[in-house]
Amino acid sequence: MSDRLSVRKTYKLFVGGAFPRSESGRSYEVRSADGRFLANAALASRKDARDAVVAARKAFPGWSGATAYNRGQVLYRVAEVLEGRRAQFVAELVDAEGLTPREAERVVDAAVDRWVWYAGWSDKLHQVRGSSNPVAGPYFDFSVPEPTGVVAVVAPASPLLGLVSVVAPVIVTGNTCVVVASERAPLPAITLAEVLATSDVPGGVVNVLTGRVAEIAPWLASHMDVNAIDLTGVGDPELATELEAAAAENLKRVVRPPEDEPDWAADPGLDRMTAFLEIKTVWHPVGT
Amino acid sequence: MFEYAPAPESRSIVDIAPSYGLFIDGEMVDPIDGHPFKTVNPATEEVLSEVVAAGPADVDRAVAAARRAYEEVWSRLPGRERGKYLFRIARLVQERSRELAVLETIDNGKPIRESRDVDLPLVAAHFFYHAGWADKLAYAGFGPDPRPLGVAGQVIPWNFPLLMLAWKVAPALATGNTVVLKPAETTPLTALAFADICRQAELPPGVVNIVTGAGDTGRALVEHPGVDKVAFTGSTEVGRQIARSLAGSRKKLTLELGGKAANVVFDDAPLDQAVEGIVNGIFFNQGHVCCAGSRLLVQESIAEELLERLKRRLRTLRLGDPLDKNTDIGAINSQAQLDKIRTLSEIGEQEGAERWSPPCELPERGYWFPPTVFTGVSQAHRIAREEIFGPVLSVLTFRTPAEAVEKANNTPYGLSAGVWTEKGSRILWMAQRLRAGVVWANTFNRFDPTSPFGGYKESGFGREGGRHGLEAYLDV
Repeated sequence: MSDRLSVRKTYKLFVGGAFPRSESGRSYEVRSADGRFLANAALASRKDARDAVVAARKAFPGWSGATAYNRGQVLYRVAEVLEGRRAQFVAELVDAEGLTPREAERVVDAAVDRWVWYAGWSDKLHQVRGSSNPVAGPYFDFSVPEPTGVVAVVAPASPLLGLVSVVAPVIVTGNTCVVVASERAPLPAITLAEVLATSDVPGGVVNVLTGRVAEIAPWLASHMDVNAIDLTGVGDPELATELEAAAAENLKRVVRPPEDEPDWAADPGLDRMTAFLEIKTVWHPVGT
Repeated sequence: MFEYAPAPESRSIVDIAPSYGLFIDGEMVDPIDGHPFKTVNPATEEVLSEVVAAGPADVDRAVAAARRAYEEVWSRLPGRERGKYLFRIARLVQERSRELAVLETIDNGKPIRESRDVDLPLVAAHFFYHAGWADKLAYAGFGPDPRPLGVAGQVIPWNFPLLMLAWKVAPALATGNTVVLKPAETTPLTALAFADICRQAELPPGVVNIVTGAGDTGRALVEHPGVDKVAFTGSTEVGRQIARSLAGSRKKLTLELGGKAANVVFDDAPLDQAVEGIVNGIFFNQGHVCCAGSRLLVQESIAEELLERLKRRLRTLRLGDPLDKNTDIGAINSQAQLDKIRTLSEIGEQEGAERWSPPCELPERGYWFPPTVFTGVSQAHRIAREEIFGPVLSVLTFRTPAEAVEKANNTPYGLSAGVWTEKGSRILWMAQRLRAGVVWANTFNRFDPTSPFGGYKESGFGREGGRHGLEAYLDV
């Protein structure tokens, strides 16, 4: 046992590329799987949620307007930086989930690989999901996928791999997001935010809130400047129904919570990307 | 302007029964708890027939029939056989297209020129297109064996009654689902005629069921626990209610809702062509079009000249008997819709916009509204923000392409947009920035079964048509 006292980290929110405390000044105690005190995480408020939406909206034109090649490079950079912090995430997952170091390593490796997988999709999804349409007339008619806008994400309990698996597919296509981290194990989300902040992800593309899902999510579900909401991490079916009903106010695109906790190690498929895409069809005249 | 002799299409080709039941399990049946109501010709207010407002027990019976047909017949049928039924339907529509066009015009009020030249050809094309998909779904990009959802509850509007039926029924059947469809309250007759086409096609009983009625019938259908998929086309307000009522369920939902499309005309646009496009954009089908170009955004430098040409063109439009082959503007579909158009137009005047209509005699009976143009409209005016769903155009101006984009996107809707310019690069620059599901360049209100259609933002979600449209009816 070293006799040096460790320097602890203050876990704050991640909004617009900065790490503010909750404007409410509140925090809540986060414990390890075996009940030890780990840290006080920020307990985000309605105001924090709104600030995060503003930041996400502000980042949307730049991020969605970036080239697909550029977004792919940025996501790959996230994988690189995450790989470099492997030991830190392993330690956090051992604490948060009570995994053995070997198990935690596998989870971190899968999270890195997931960023790599999604990074490669940035300049391929258009070809897989777009089309040219043989209309009966003198038009070049084509359909392209476009990002839907600002996406609110309630992240699942799986604090790193689950989180990466819901955030990467949202942003790779050009959306920006506000993520509510796992309520019980929020610390890896804030550490991931540190990775994002140092990976050329523009400020505001990903915003991370920690706190009570039942308190924050309703403000995001009813926010008129949020275009879509992913309810994957909402465990309480009644709350999920309320959130989906609130989301109807401005016809948000809604991903309902899965019936069972997904296997985050499995092949993710395209669904989490396509759920937050719009298809735009353009009729371009043909003539001399 | 010169006079035309009347050129009415004969209505003797249609045979409207004095009353209709519901089409359930392959038969026309009497209602259990539904009650009769009358459907009228909006051009004359003449009662055409009596149809049923289906009650909850009727809806239940229809859903049960669709479930049975799904489990016992349709989901077991090879795609090739499903496709052949759809090909049969497409052919039957073509064979009976004159009758269906006349019936549509009588029940809806739209000019025969449109029902004959636009609606019916597209209906047949939709069935043809989707028929071919039925045995090729494994190649559609949704996995090797994409599965249907089950029973689809479909609610359609009154503006393109048979065409909206085709948009809903064709992809649902091609992908292996069965259907309970509710046509709009004011336009049930072509859907009931379609029931007869199903009979002629010898479609297995229960694969398509048609329950007529109003909002209550629609609500009973979309909220029915036996329905796996809900598809709705109609107002954003009702779409919201449906989305709310389906919260917490496992039903898959697609919504095609309202719009307030910008039709953007640049100073280098081919002006005569643009004038035709503006007219087609907002006066086609009396403006009863969710993707209508109801906001004209014209570049300031040509605004005066364009408006002059537009007004000259509007003076030549012929409003009147929808069955007359020379008619451009038919009847408003219902008294309720006419009241809404009148109210919003009055608000437009009160808010300070300048109202203009060409000299135009309205028939004494029936529901009519003249083509109307508002100038001096600001973005804050209600006529620039709310969907009027009538022949009313709001004109705004802009100076730069960036301002055009800003104004075009300044709406909670996002269904369609138009761009008029001779510059190809500008078309694509605009198309990239307009937040709308369909962008027409140097044209407007064009549809094709291969071309995905649907909205951004509060214009709904999901696509209809093309490979993309299949997704709404597959378990993916």
